[in-house]
Amino acid sequence: MTERIEFVQGNEACVEGALYAGLEFFAGYPITPSTEVAELLSERLPQRGGRFIQMEDEIASMCAIIGASLTGRKVMTATSGPGFSLKQEAIGYACMAEIPCVIVNVQRGGPSTGNPTHVSQGDVNQARWGTHGDHAVIALTASNHQDVFAMTVDAFNLAETYRTPVILLFDEVIGHMREKLVVPEKGEIAIVDRLRTSVGKDVDYHPYLPREDGRLPMSDFGGDHRYNVTGLFHDMWGFPSNDPRVVRDLLHHLVDKIETNVGAISRYREHHLEGADYVMISYGSSARSAIHMAEHRRERGERIGVLELQSLWPFPEELVRGKCRGAKGVIVVEMNMGQVMRQVRACVDAPEKVFLANRIDGKLITPADIKAVLRVIQGKGV
Amino acid sequence: MAVKDYLRERFFPHMWCPGCGHGTVLNSLLRAVEQLGLKKNNIVMTSGIGCSARISGYVDFHSLHTLHGRALAFATGVKLSRPELTLLVPMGDGDALAIGGNHFIHAARRNIDITAIVMNNRIYGMTGGQFSPLSGPGKKATTAPYGTIDNAFDVVELSRAAGASFVARTTTYHVQEATEIFKKAIMHKGFSVVEILTQCPTHYGRKNKEGDAAAMLDIYKKKTAKVGSRALAEDPGLLGRGIFVDRDSPEYCEEYEKIIAAAMGEVRR
Repeated sequence: MTERIEFVQGNEACVEGALYAGLEFFAGYPITPSTEVAELLSERLPQRGGRFIQMEDEIASMCAIIGASLTGRKVMTATSGPGFSLKQEAIGYACMAEIPCVIVNVQRGGPSTGNPTHVSQGDVNQARWGTHGDHAVIALTASNHQDVFAMTVDAFNLAETYRTPVILLFDEVIGHMREKLVVPEKGEIAIVDRLRTSVGKDVDYHPYLPREDGRLPMSDFGGDHRYNVTGLFHDMWGFPSNDPRVVRDLLHHLVDKIETNVGAISRYREHHLEGADYVMISYGSSARSAIHMAEHRRERGERIGVLELQSLWPFPEELVRGKCRGAKGVIVVEMNMGQVMRQVRACVDAPEKVFLANRIDGKLITPADIKAVLRVIQGKGV
Repeated sequence: MAVKDYLRERFFPHMWCPGCGHGTVLNSLLRAVEQLGLKKNNIVMTSGIGCSARISGYVDFHSLHTLHGRALAFATGVKLSRPELTLLVPMGDGDALAIGGNHFIHAARRNIDITAIVMNNRIYGMTGGQFSPLSGPGKKATTAPYGTIDNAFDVVELSRAAGASFVARTTTYHVQEATEIFKKAIMHKGFSVVEILTQCPTHYGRKNKEGDAAAMLDIYKKKTAKVGSRALAEDPGLLGRGIFVDRDSPEYCEEYEKIIAAAMGEVRR
């Protein structure tokens, strides 16, 4: 397959990325502004022998992809707003049972039904803590369609590598905006396939006994190894256990396998950060305005740059601390009431120099909005 | 193969109370699997949460112990992904029809080839005896100290209306009949529902003065009658047992294969 150039919505770029990564099974439920992902996959998946199912709700969609993943398929679901809330129960199950899967959340205004057709980035914390109990997750995001494609491929790769749900936190502007996308030739981006056990047919297979490198090779349902999968704390056979040691060790494993690999998981872009007096930290569609603003101010001789985060969870604390060191001011640009800003303040050397430039009215934040905040920080008045 | 070869003896003793009917359900079900000569590697048992749901841990199949009420949604993903596998989904009454009610009717509507087993003890056992959507009015439960005012679902009528193409009811007293019904349900192409009345002497029996396990089994014997029997026709107080629905209807995964064939044909053209 040769390179293809398309002019598409972000939701379609996500679909292209998922298919490139080897998506075989999608379950979903209609909800704005993510519906196009389901619509497109209902057409594209069966064309390649894959399967699409529209379930009765978002809960069932999430459960169905977990079931399909256990049979060895690469799986995905897509949702927005209240649908993301409904999926949380089963996202926790996928964390606990260590089932690779990808969840797309094209963010809209909330809480509740909120602002279905308008942009927001209000689900950053829900992506991290939406399901109950201690756990760790991976969440990626993107500010342009080429990155939507790349991050979607990455999401599948990370889900397989760490046996974990990976959340793609897009937003309404990215999802619905049309932009150029180059779908690379097959093989140009590496694809991580499922790590399957080499344990033989009649040998006792321990589905939850990590290898030395911490990874857990899987065995497909329907294959030679019959084992138990549960959302309860479980031993190396996957059988329920409330042995305090088993409980503690499993929880450590679930969190550590992701938190200790933050360096390998982190994805970001730097825009004019070299020698910047002011550092903007942004992600998703907000980053477009931050980058625009930085370029404009650079032309006028101001030293201002952007650290664009492409992975939000696990939060890249060391990266952020390093990039903000020595800055006169740090401005977090996002469309919520400071969800990433609080993360930044918690990890930088000078939290008092961290400011928020945000919009929460359903409109895309503009360079002028950011400029107004910058002027206040610089003491130039409003 | 002997019935015990279908069990994971490593995980015994089981966690069910003395006198619980769930072990009998397991027995009848495994005898059906054995008599059908099904291969263990081809069976996936998916369950939700509750006493009934623990059944999946004890069987030597691929087993998926999931979330409360969601077993059929997980099973739908497994089945559509690998239609060649046999899906057995035992659920409790609250699991299947309260928190899982939506998944239940939609799985039936799709007529996807899954065998759903409603292990009906008319109570939430694991949480200590609260009333369920199958308790019916006038029953005692820890959340109904003055008696229930909630009506019960009729699992047979609900399943029929929702589109299940095989619907049956039996009890833990009628163990051989149960095995025969399970065999037919598993072999049926489409969504099969088997409601099996199973005693909970610990909570339901005690609260409602139905006696011990033996006394509760005696009620199943005396208060039920075969579909089509004269006894059932003459006594409206009896509950029917047997097969209520058994019809041919397009099965979901087979229909999806046609979609794939059409979509692939379109691409090639």
